[in-house]
Amino acid sequence: MTTKWFGERVQRVEDDRLLRGRGRFTDDIQEGGDRALESCLVRSPYAHARINSIDVSAARALPGVVAVYVAADLPFGDTDLPILIPHPNLTHGRTQRCLASEVVRYAGEAVAFVVADSRYIAEDAAELVQVDYEPLPVVITPEVAAAAEHLVHDDVPGNVAAEMLQEVGDVGAAMKSAPHRKRLHFRFERGAASPMEARAVWARWSDPEQKLTVYDSTQSPTSIRGGLAVLFGLPESSVEVIAPDVGGGFGPKIMLFYPDELLVPFAAMQLGRPVKWTEDRQEHFLAVNHERGQVHEVEVGFDDAGRVLALSVDFIHDAGAYTPYGIILPIITAAQVPGPYRVPNYRVRFRDVYTNATPTSPYRGAGRPHACFVMERTLDAIASDLGLDRPEVRRRNFIQPDEFPYDLGVAWQDGNTVIYDSGNYPALLEKAMQMLGPRPAGDHIGMGLGAYVEGTGVGPYEGAHVQVLVSGKVVAATGIPSQGQAHATVWAQIVADELGVDVADVEVTSGDTRRFPWGVGTFASRGAVTAGNAMSVAARMVADKAKHIAADHLEADPADLELVGGKVSVKGSPDRGIPLAAVSVLANPVRYAFGGGTEAATQFTSRPRPGPPLQDGEQPGLEATGYYSPPGSTWAAGCHAAYVHIDPKTFRMEVLKYVVVHDCGRVINPLVVEGQIEGGVAQGIGGAFYERLAYDADGQLRNASFMEFLMPYATEVPAIEIDHIETPSPLNPLGIKGAGEAGVIPVGAVIGSAIEEALGVSITEMPLSPLKLYELSRA
Amino acid sequence: MKVNGFVHPAQRDPRRLLSDHLRHDLGLTGTHVGCEHGVCGCCTVLFDGAPVRSCLMLAVQAEGHEVSTVEGLAVLGAPLHPVQQAFHECHGLQCGFCTPGFVMSVVGLLAQHPNPTREQIEEGISGNLCRCTGYASIRRAVQRASELSQQTPSPLRGEGWGKGR
Repeated sequence: MTTKWFGERVQRVEDDRLLRGRGRFTDDIQEGGDRALESCLVRSPYAHARINSIDVSAARALPGVVAVYVAADLPFGDTDLPILIPHPNLTHGRTQRCLASEVVRYAGEAVAFVVADSRYIAEDAAELVQVDYEPLPVVITPEVAAAAEHLVHDDVPGNVAAEMLQEVGDVGAAMKSAPHRKRLHFRFERGAASPMEARAVWARWSDPEQKLTVYDSTQSPTSIRGGLAVLFGLPESSVEVIAPDVGGGFGPKIMLFYPDELLVPFAAMQLGRPVKWTEDRQEHFLAVNHERGQVHEVEVGFDDAGRVLALSVDFIHDAGAYTPYGIILPIITAAQVPGPYRVPNYRVRFRDVYTNATPTSPYRGAGRPHACFVMERTLDAIASDLGLDRPEVRRRNFIQPDEFPYDLGVAWQDGNTVIYDSGNYPALLEKAMQMLGPRPAGDHIGMGLGAYVEGTGVGPYEGAHVQVLVSGKVVAATGIPSQGQAHATVWAQIVADELGVDVADVEVTSGDTRRFPWGVGTFASRGAVTAGNAMSVAARMVADKAKHIAADHLEADPADLELVGGKVSVKGSPDRGIPLAAVSVLANPVRYAFGGGTEAATQFTSRPRPGPPLQDGEQPGLEATGYYSPPGSTWAAGCHAAYVHIDPKTFRMEVLKYVVVHDCGRVINPLVVEGQIEGGVAQGIGGAFYERLAYDADGQLRNASFMEFLMPYATEVPAIEIDHIETPSPLNPLGIKGAGEAGVIPVGAVIGSAIEEALGVSITEMPLSPLKLYELSRA
Repeated sequence: MKVNGFVHPAQRDPRRLLSDHLRHDLGLTGTHVGCEHGVCGCCTVLFDGAPVRSCLMLAVQAEGHEVSTVEGLAVLGAPLHPVQQAFHECHGLQCGFCTPGFVMSVVGLLAQHPNPTREQIEEGISGNLCRCTGYASIRRAVQRASELSQQTPSPLRGEGWGKGR
């Protein structure tokens, strides 16, 4: 393989249409003639209430209303939505129904669905739906849930959905004999991913074709397709799901099924017209999954040198009202607390508890920012107790470069245990401290640092189809969609290298089950590892096929051929070759020449070998489908460091300098990876200081708008300096690791550490705010 | 109202938002709607040359005025407008949802300040949210757009803030 494109700062091929306003997001879809009916969900204003009755008669009578559905109108109305990832420890998993008819358990839970000529009319009608609610006691915050004075689900004792205890080594003995012991308490509040495009679904049922077409702003069109086929009793081949341009995902769009994902296709089938639903921002805050709410009790034992001897972590995860995503989040936290550090004796227990709040599922970082915060704050506390330099405490605890593979012995989200594949953690720290440089002059300035690992590239698998057209252009497709990660560019780089063509000659489609029906989804920083390697596998199969076909015509050994410059030629003799376009023609023996040079593959042209045109095992076309299924996760890592200034009067935060050293194995496109990191850090800064989902005791989300949920603008995000080291993953042929979530993971720990030093107050929670710092300073 | 230089019949529904009118009545879906309460800036268009939130205006309020959307910056097949080109070169977009709003804000900014200072750049894009890029690449793109705008004649230059004020 010539490595011409891999590793280059190739500018994105997807930009042009997006910049011209010709992107195609779900709410933009208009196809099939009829303008789609528009719809609206009626949502519970109560966080916990019994539904005595629902009267939709006035709504149905409003001119322009086409249909109003409640649970009783749905053939699947009394079906619990699936638990996506069952786990033996999830003993009391509960999911909502598409439309609630008996009890609502969070403010925003859907109770009715209105379809009308326009969203305006649908919203008018929604206001006419009369629901008689009988409020029930509300359970909010993980601490209140664990106290279990009231229950979210009558049949779930103690509000505990799941409990899990893991221990490596002997924590009791090691703690007892440790020269120093310390107890710490850490708290993380809920946050929200908040992609700029909220969710949307568009569906059409074609009666003549008996075919359902769905556009969905999802991170997993293949799973949506599978689920719709099951629900509606259709063969999968009759269901097409497309994630067109998706305006950011960051996790919550991997969740399925949100009620609309079933209701919109159902209504389209019932009504015989396209139906669409586009979420508004307030709904997005209320009804799209959150994350991050956790409370940690920590005990650490350490020696005089600051080395961790034993670590015990007991935490509560706020699941919200239901557990559709299983217990993946607390499993990840439990697995990722030790991070890049050697923790010889580690015990971790979690309880996953129900609250009357929006359910949770992964949001960029997924359990890791909290894990990193716990470990890094603990190391800072050790440094402080022993009067040691904070970086030095890290150095003394790092897993060393010669210790890989390193088996942590705790459960991982793919069913295996955590085994770090490769890395060089000390190098990350040294480089970061070097980049950070001397402390700026002035008061109320603090230095913060944080190191992390991230398990990326989880299975089960992804696949890809690659085809060389008779024009010589290449098309490639994979099942996973893009939400801005430049898949079309980076896959093209990988394919172009394997086939020896220009990256501009490779056109990639992703997230469209019509083009590639198999696969899992875009989440867990897995796209590059899984689909990237699948692209490489498929493209290499095409290259091999091209060599075999060309070998017959060039009377050469396939092993002596190479793909360079759009041709298959004899190594070292570029003149002795045939264009890939011609090989594509020859790959498909035809009876009828249809242009494009295909006369060369008809029956009266000379053939280089005897026997039937296609021999046993051969398939027509210069194409191949390949899959990649990782043996385990690849472990990316990084170290961030910063100088932060806090104004002692207003408690405004200013990040003076922020540096990142990042290792995601071999980098396919630095431009793209740096963009992922910069975006991740910005989200981390938001999560550390600005963004907080403010629930009151009644379970009302008091800041469900961008006016009060303060996402950073350009004015809040500093310039970030980035450098890379590369420890290739030994687990996949390309040596790559994931990069999507990394940027966000240590930011809370870094900011917390820096503010603690700047103000001399103890930082044990996230997110912070000027008000919180004011309160801490006065305490 | 005139949109991207073409006259369109009046919208008669008095409560139709300008953003919905552009997107769903005129098919100009490049203008995006991210929050519908005037904070995110995805729906930014030029209204008589100045950036406005089309989600905070009714379509009927635009009668007799000129609206420019992202589709009007460069016709299909033509090279990108300098601001669009700069966003491409600087990796100033990822998912692309906030991008048309940013591009229109920057077109408005450069019409007022062809050589913006760092502070003017911050100010000029401080009404637009991006959740993907972390803004660093967007700041670079504004700087680059300023350079490109002065190399490339653009039909929109000079049409900016001054008009209608």
